Amino acid sequence: MPDVQVLVNEFIIKLKKRKVEGSQATARMTAELLRSVISQQRVPYNNQAGALIDAIKAVGEQLIAANPVELAVGNIVRRVLHIIREEDLSLATAAVAGLNLSAVSDDEDDGEREDHPVLSAAAVAAAARSTLRPPSLQTLLEDMPDSAAVPQSSSSGGDSEGKSKSADKSSRSRKLKHDIIEAVNELIQDIATCHEQISEQAVEHIHQNEVILTLGRSRTVMEFLCAAKEKKRSFRVFVAEGAPRYQGHVLAKELVARGLQTTLITDSAVFAMISRVNMVIVGAHAVMANGGVIAPVGLNMVALAAQRHAVPFVVLAGTHKLCPLYPHNPEVLLNELKSPSELLDFGEFSDCMDFGSGNGSPLLHVVNPAFDYVPPKLVSLFITDTGGHNPSYMYRLIADYYSADDLVVQRRPASGN
Amino acid sequence: MDPRRGARVVIDPKVRQVGFFAPGASPGRTQSGPPESSSPPVADNSPTGNSLSPVMIPPPRHASDNLLSARPALYPPLRRPGDTIPVGSYNPSEFFHGTSPTASFYSKVGDGEFSEDASGAGWTHRGNSGKVASSFPGGGFDLTAVKPSNLTTVSVVNMPPGISVKSGGASIEVQNEQPASSRSLKEKTSKAERRALQEAQRAAKAAAKAEVSKAPIAASGVATSVNAKPAKVSKLSSQKKDSASVTASEKKGVDRPPEKDRKKDVPHPRMQFDDKSRVEKAKRRAVVRPIEVRNRVELFRHLPQYERGTLLPDLESKFFLLDPMHPAVYKVGLQYLAGDVSGGNARCIAMLQAFQEAIKDYSTPPEKTLVRDLTARLSSYVSFLIECRPLSISMGNAIRFLKSRIAKLPLSLSESEAKASLQSDINRFINEKIVLADKVIVRHAVTKIRDGDVLLTYGSSSAVEMILLYAHELGKQFRVVVVDSRPKLEGQLLLRRLVGKGLSCTYTHINAVSYIMHEVTRVFLGASSVLSNGTVYSRVGTACVSMVAHAFRVPVLVCCEAYKFYERVQLDSICSNELGDPDAISKVPGREEINYLDDWAKSENLQLLNLIYDATPSDYVSMIITDYGMVPPTSVPVIVREYRREHLWI
Repeated sequence: MPDVQVLVNEFIIKLKKRKVEGSQATARMTAELLRSVISQQRVPYNNQAGALIDAIKAVGEQLIAANPVELAVGNIVRRVLHIIREEDLSLATAAVAGLNLSAVSDDEDDGEREDHPVLSAAAVAAAARSTLRPPSLQTLLEDMPDSAAVPQSSSSGGDSEGKSKSADKSSRSRKLKHDIIEAVNELIQDIATCHEQISEQAVEHIHQNEVILTLGRSRTVMEFLCAAKEKKRSFRVFVAEGAPRYQGHVLAKELVARGLQTTLITDSAVFAMISRVNMVIVGAHAVMANGGVIAPVGLNMVALAAQRHAVPFVVLAGTHKLCPLYPHNPEVLLNELKSPSELLDFGEFSDCMDFGSGNGSPLLHVVNPAFDYVPPKLVSLFITDTGGHNPSYMYRLIADYYSADDLVVQRRPASGN
Repeated sequence: MDPRRGARVVIDPKVRQVGFFAPGASPGRTQSGPPESSSPPVADNSPTGNSLSPVMIPPPRHASDNLLSARPALYPPLRRPGDTIPVGSYNPSEFFHGTSPTASFYSKVGDGEFSEDASGAGWTHRGNSGKVASSFPGGGFDLTAVKPSNLTTVSVVNMPPGISVKSGGASIEVQNEQPASSRSLKEKTSKAERRALQEAQRAAKAAAKAEVSKAPIAASGVATSVNAKPAKVSKLSSQKKDSASVTASEKKGVDRPPEKDRKKDVPHPRMQFDDKSRVEKAKRRAVVRPIEVRNRVELFRHLPQYERGTLLPDLESKFFLLDPMHPAVYKVGLQYLAGDVSGGNARCIAMLQAFQEAIKDYSTPPEKTLVRDLTARLSSYVSFLIECRPLSISMGNAIRFLKSRIAKLPLSLSESEAKASLQSDINRFINEKIVLADKVIVRHAVTKIRDGDVLLTYGSSSAVEMILLYAHELGKQFRVVVVDSRPKLEGQLLLRRLVGKGLSCTYTHINAVSYIMHEVTRVFLGASSVLSNGTVYSRVGTACVSMVAHAFRVPVLVCCEAYKFYERVQLDSICSNELGDPDAISKVPGREEINYLDDWAKSENLQLLNLIYDATPSDYVSMIITDYGMVPPTSVPVIVREYRREHLWI
């Protein structure tokens, strides 16, 4: 446990100092960290899932607080929580099903039945909360045991079973942890390969002689375009440089190295050029549940221009960027102001930046936000690992990856739920 | 209100309500103008003079204007038979469109009659007054045509009564009184006709027509008698003729602009640089052999783009070879090339002053006429300047003005007189079209700034800067957001000047414009030109800013002097534009770590595009503030149409 804490602190410091950049890197590191947290976590006999969830929430809370703007951290924490719940659920249902089939012993049956009335209220509430949970064959067929099992698994379900069979218990706890780690590994794998899965769809969206505009640099976009190029599509790309980071220069260089016809333009020329563009393809920082996009600064302008000229605005986003939260005032609350030095030379304007005007307030402010919010109505299409989706569908897609219980990653005062 | 309206109803049919003629601008003038110029001068400040002055239409009047303008449509049948014929026979063909012959005749007349005027500008009759007239139709009337008076008229006409700080109380009074007096006058002059007309209408339309035709004549008589100097009248007439032409043009037969002339109105097709043969020809004429930039952007083949680095030394080395080039022009050219002078107004003024110098030092070679030789000389200067940097539209308009002045120089003038007159013309152009126009714009715009406003501006526009500074002087409490963009970062210069004056500023890049737009209450933008479809042609990025402002429901006010209005139209930013130096994009000043594209020219797949201008669709623009007032973008073609002639004529 102590060594995990060291890792956690290290990562928190990195997040705070913004040493980790890019949602993919952050997501991967978060997932790896949580995996080690899980593997180090000592699981009590009963309620192992609850203990794991608590541990993850504790770490997750710190991580999110370290960089609240990097939504990928929260996303991964929630997904790991979701994984734990899912694995536990599947184990529990398997166990219950096994019990139902094999043992018809009375005490077991009674235990189950006694539990039901007690838990039913909580079960109903949980079921109501998790209506967004995808319907599985299981839930459709055996609604009774399952609806009970959902809350049980995390809280008292373990108890009743624990009383009856402790041998089964230990094997199950090991199995649970093992399954969870397996699943988290899969998640890490997914994050690592999301580019490939997204870029596989490139040829379906890019046709011959297309003119594509993008802004700044996103690795997803780069691989998407290159994938289309490798499939012998020839098209040309306008790259807006994406001040003040000028990552567009890097993207332009990379694209040219792959043999793509590339034109670098300034951000201000976006409106002038967009009338000759067939499609705008950009990356995102995060995708919110309402289909809105938190994106590198400048994209709102591009999206408006694209809308004006009826140019499709396509956002590429790996599933780790899907955030289950609904944004409120995202331009301000989910934004970050960077150093003015990127825009203005301190030396040149040093005399204006101090409190020189006499009344105590500086005359000059420099605003350098990192992100823009693109509202869902400006987005034509999301392309994720799982295919293309409308902005209006995002909430549903997101429900596949997160459980409604985890939207708020904060430890409740009481354990359990 | 009611009586006035009644009067208008009657009168209107005779007047073509076009553009900004105030209701006061009556039929009498329309037709009377031209004849009057030759008629004997009468006392000056008579009430009619006042009544005549068509006033800039402040917003409330627009409504009435609309009413009026709608009306003519109803009346045409009345007017046709009787009215048009006399008018048409009289002026349209010769006066207006006879172009130079008639014009020169007039000018001569003017000269002869008013020698004092001629001294100032040979042309005065159009000159002084025309100036005024061009900016304010009819504005020239109230005071004697002296420079100061011009100034005051300007401010008077344009300013809302309360604000005119500079122009004395007198001017304000004038402004206030004008409407009233004009109204009363109107009634006096035309009461008889009106009544007659009404009766006639009731009786029979044919009769009515006859009446109407008489009415203008009578009115014109009054106007004539009242009118002051012929010079003024002629001024009037120039405006009048336009309106007259309009009237006439309703009838197709008598159309003002004859076919030939109308064709001339269509702007020349621009040089397309993807046309090989023409480019070759042009190159042969060129002073310098610019090297084409490598890695051209396919979409912009039709625009010239040359290597920057080579041009300057090349030109410098050729200084002594270019003997026809006047040093002042040469200097300005180099300044353009080096970017020392930029901005539509600054470039235009620099060019005009250089031409002034050149004209001062000009002497007509033997066996040549000044008019032709000077025009040719000027053209060679202009083509030199174009090689240094493509002309801005403001410069194009100024050159057209100057050329038309040269072309209309009366042959009777001696060389020195002609030169003096041209120089004073240039001075007047600079003063009235640019300096004064800016003042007027500032006055207008300041009325739109309230305490607590957050004003956003983009790039560095001289007009906007003046507005902000003036509003600050007036003690208005507001904050400025300066939005800037690469590669020029002109906003930093503006920022520095504003902060130096103690304005509270926020600085950001264009990417963050949608972040900052939440708090903005007004957007003030400058423009390189306003095209006649209302498109604002301006520094690249302006379109983005106004689009975002539009999306956030923030009003966009474009400040542009009317001499920058242009009769071309454009839908996108690609057909016509200017390409800047691509190297400016690959390097970021002050950020040495961004050097990914240092050797960009080596890879043929990579192009860097440095656009200078873009075109803002007119629906993003709430209002255009110009020296003729604050107008919606849809009114730009009207202004262009109504005043273009006077731009040339001045």
